[in-house]
Amino acid sequence: MAKIGTAGNYGKEIRSDCKVTIELTKSGGLQIELISKVKEYFEDSIISLTKDELKFFSIENCKIKIEDRGALDYVIAARIETAIKQVKNTDKEYLLNIIPQNTNQTKKERFRRSRLYLPGNTPKLALNAGIHKPDGIILDLEDSVAPAKKVEARILVRNTLRSVNFYGAERMVRINQLPQGLIDLENIVPHNVNLILVPKCETAEQIKEVNSKITKIKKKKKLKYNIWLMPIIESSLGVINSYEIAKSENVVALAIGLEDYTADLGTQRTAEGNESFFARSQIVNSAHAAKIQPIDSVFSDVNDMEALKRNVIISKSLGFHGMGCIHPRQISVIHKNYAPNINEIEKAQKIIEAYNDARKKGLGVVSLGSKMIDAPVVKKAQQILDMAKIGGNNR
Amino acid sequence: MKKADKFVKNAAGRMVPTIVNGKKVISFMGVNKYRPTHKGAAPRVPTCIDYPKDGNKIVKSLKEALIKSGLKDGMTISTHHHYRNGDYVANMIFDIAAELGIKGLRWFPSAAFPCHAPIIEHLKSGVVHHIEGSLNGPLGDFCSHGKMKGLGYLRSHGGRYRAIADGEVHIDIAVIAASAADMTGNANGILGKHPFGPVSFSKTDAKNADRTIIVTDSLIDFPCYPWEIMGNDVDFVVTLDEIGDPQKIVSGTTRITKSPDRLLIAEYCAKFVEAAGILKDGMNFQAGAGGTSLAFVHFIKEMMVEKGIKARSMIGGSTKFLVDMMEEGLTDYIFDGQTFGLEALSSLRDNPNHIPIDIFDIYDFHAKGNLVQMMDVIVLGSTEVDVKFNANCVSHSDGRMLHGIGGFQNCMLAKCTILAVPSFRDRIPVIKDKVTTLVAPGELVDVIITERGIAINPLRKDLIEATKNSALPIRDIKDLKKEIDQICGIPAKPKLSDEAVAVVEWIDGTILDTIRKVEK
Repeated sequence: MAKIGTAGNYGKEIRSDCKVTIELTKSGGLQIELISKVKEYFEDSIISLTKDELKFFSIENCKIKIEDRGALDYVIAARIETAIKQVKNTDKEYLLNIIPQNTNQTKKERFRRSRLYLPGNTPKLALNAGIHKPDGIILDLEDSVAPAKKVEARILVRNTLRSVNFYGAERMVRINQLPQGLIDLENIVPHNVNLILVPKCETAEQIKEVNSKITKIKKKKKLKYNIWLMPIIESSLGVINSYEIAKSENVVALAIGLEDYTADLGTQRTAEGNESFFARSQIVNSAHAAKIQPIDSVFSDVNDMEALKRNVIISKSLGFHGMGCIHPRQISVIHKNYAPNINEIEKAQKIIEAYNDARKKGLGVVSLGSKMIDAPVVKKAQQILDMAKIGGNNR
Repeated sequence: MKKADKFVKNAAGRMVPTIVNGKKVISFMGVNKYRPTHKGAAPRVPTCIDYPKDGNKIVKSLKEALIKSGLKDGMTISTHHHYRNGDYVANMIFDIAAELGIKGLRWFPSAAFPCHAPIIEHLKSGVVHHIEGSLNGPLGDFCSHGKMKGLGYLRSHGGRYRAIADGEVHIDIAVIAASAADMTGNANGILGKHPFGPVSFSKTDAKNADRTIIVTDSLIDFPCYPWEIMGNDVDFVVTLDEIGDPQKIVSGTTRITKSPDRLLIAEYCAKFVEAAGILKDGMNFQAGAGGTSLAFVHFIKEMMVEKGIKARSMIGGSTKFLVDMMEEGLTDYIFDGQTFGLEALSSLRDNPNHIPIDIFDIYDFHAKGNLVQMMDVIVLGSTEVDVKFNANCVSHSDGRMLHGIGGFQNCMLAKCTILAVPSFRDRIPVIKDKVTTLVAPGELVDVIITERGIAINPLRKDLIEATKNSALPIRDIKDLKKEIDQICGIPAKPKLSDEAVAVVEWIDGTILDTIRKVEK
C-alpha cells in the first residue's frame, strides 16, 4: 500500500488550522479534496495555493485532502509541506514571502519585561498575540509540543516567523533541549528570528554549541543579522554555572524556570517562593555581573491577577527585569508593576539633571548632594526614565 | 400571491419590495425622513358584562382557550421570548393549530430561538404561512433557503412595538406566558415558580390583540400584583405544569468573555469612552448582557471605582453584575427590560431603584421621547460592518440569517453608539466594502472598535477631536480593512440568488433591505 503523509489538526474545537493527508499516485493527476468552513469564500485561493505547492515539490499525481478550519495560507502551506515530506524525500522548502514587518533586528538592551509563550503548533493563538503588546513573543517548540508533532511544529514556526505580524514584539523561539534543539535551529535561524531561548541550560558549553551551529547556518545562508540568546536555567547545576552561561557570546538575558528547578530539588513550588529564593537571587546576581537582563519564571495562575501583581513586585525587588507569561491578560499587569515607581523616577530625574548640569559646566566629576555619580549610575537612571516613558502598558 | 413584488431602489441604495406578502409597504427614505400621519391601532372594543362576574377566566386547556378565541385560518398569533431558548408555549400553540386543521397562520413572536425548530414542520405543512420576527438557528436556515411560503419580516424590538401600535400588524390572538397570574389574568414575570423578569415585550400585545390568553405555571390568589399585564386586557387564563425551562433563560449570555482578544476589544471600548469624555458623573449608559458588552461594563466599573464616578442610570439586560454595581453605589438606577439570574430578579422585586421598563419607553420610535436617545453610550456587537460604517447584525457574510435584530437598530439613537467587533472570524473579515445585509445606516454608527484598532465615523468630528491625543489606536477604517484583508486574503463574494426571502424594516417602519435566498 502506498505511504500516506499527514499533518495538522482538524476538529470541532480547532480554529485557524487544517489537516492535510496526501498519498502519491502513479497517475490521475492532482486529485484535491477540500473540506472547509470558509470554502465559499476561499476555495479558489486554497486550491491554487495547493497546486502551486505540489508543483514546487514536483508532484504531478497524488490524492490530497485538506480539512480546513479557517487556516491562513502560511498554515495551509506548512501543513502541506509537512505531509509531503513524509511521502517524498526532499530538502526543498516552500516559503511564502516574508512580510516587511518581520525583517527588523532587535537591540541587545531592549526591554524584555514580558515574553508571551505560544505553543508553536497552535496557529490560532499566534495570529492575535502581537496585539496584546508583549515585549517578546515566544513560539515554543519544546514543552508545549508533543514529541510526535515536533517536525510539523518546526515547519509551522518557520512559516509563522515569516508571515505573522507581531506588531513590534521581539520574535523569539524556544528550541528543544539539546541536542534536539540543534535541529530546530536549521528551520529557525534563516527566518529572521530575533532571539532563541535555550531551555534546561546547565553549562556554558551548551551555549557555545548553539552559537557555533547558528554561525554555521548563517555562513551557509549568508545571513548578516544577530541572533540573541536567552538561556533558561532550570536545574541546580544550571544555577551554579549561571555566571559562565550569562557571560557567553550573544546572551542578552538569563531566565529561570522554576517548575523544573523545584522538581530538580525535589521540592514544591509555593506562592511564597522560599524554596527558590537562592536560585532566583543567584540568577539575578549572575546576570547583573555579566551585564545582561535577569528574567523571572512564568506565573501560572492565569486567573489570579492580584497574586500575579504581588509576584511581580517581589520579582522586581529581587532585581529581575521581566518575566514570562502564558496569557495575554498577564502582560499589562507585568508591565505596570515592573515599571519604575514615582520615587525611582524622581531620583533618576535628579541624577540625569545633575549629570547634564555637570557636563554643561565642563566638570569631570558629577555629584548629587554629597554623593558622587559615576557612569553606570547615569546609565541606570536613563534606563529608568526610558522605562517610565513607555509607561506600564505599551512599548 | 408573490411573497415580494415591485422592487425599487431605496434611499440606502438597496433594492427592496414595495409589496410584501400582498401588502403595500414603504421604502426607506433616509434617516429621520419618514413620519406617518395616520392614527394608531384601534383594538376591538370589549364589554365587561360579557366576562365572568367573579373574574374567573380560567379555561381548562390552551386548546380550549384558542378555540374560544376563535382561532381560524390566516390569523396572526403573537408570543414573547422571555423564556428565550427554554420556551415551550409557541410550539404548543402551533401543535394545537395543526391538530385543529388550521392553515396559513402568521406567527408574530418578539423573537424566536433554536428551541422553536419544531415549527419548521408547521411551516412545511402550511399551518404557519410565515414568521414576522427574528429568524435564527434552524428557522433562519429554513427561511434563508427560500422554503418559507411567505416573506420573512425582520423588525427591531422597538419596531415590533411600533408596528402593533401603528396598526400595521393586527394581532388576532396574543398568547402571553407569565410566571405568575391570577384567575382574572393579572400577570407578571417576577413572581411564581420560575420568574423571568418584566413582561416588557408583551404589554402592547395585551392592549391591542383581539383576544389575549395568559398561560402560567403558577396560579396565585387574586390579585396578582404587580400586574404588568392587567386582567382587564385578558380574555382567558390557562394553567399548565410547565411553560418553559428556566435553566435556558440565561444560556451563556451573562458571563464575561474569557477570550483575551474580546477582552482587549472591551477594554478599548472603555478607554475610548473615557478618552471621549463620556465617562462622568451622572452618565447614563446601556450595559448589555452579552460576553463583550459585559466585559465593557467590567472595565467601565474599574474606571468608575478608580475615579469615584457614579452613573445616574444603566439600562440592562440586568444581571448580578449590574445589581452589584448599584449596591456598591456606582449607579443610582437600573432600567430593566430583561432580567437574567436570581440576584437580578430579587433586586427587581425588592429595590425600588431597579425599575422595570416597557419596550415602548426604551425603544419605540413613536414614543414621545425615547430612553435610548438619552443614553450617553451603548456598546453593541455586529456580524459585519463596512467602510461607510453601515452595520449588519442579522446575516452572516454568506447571506444566511443568523440573529434577530433585537434592540440593535433602536440603540442607534444613543448619543454614542459603539460597535465592538473582532476584525475577522474564521478567516472571514468583518469589515467589508459593503455589508451583505443593511440593518443600521452608517450615519448612525459612531465608532467601530476591533482588537486591531478603532475607527471613528468621520461625521463625529466631536469624538475625533476629543480622542485625538489619546494613546488609543485610532485609525482610518480603510487602513484597518486593508490590514485585515492582508491577513485573511480577500474572500470571494457569496453566491446569492435574486429571490427575496425576508425584508429588514427600519425603526420608522420603512423597508431598509432585502435578504436573498442562499444558493447552497
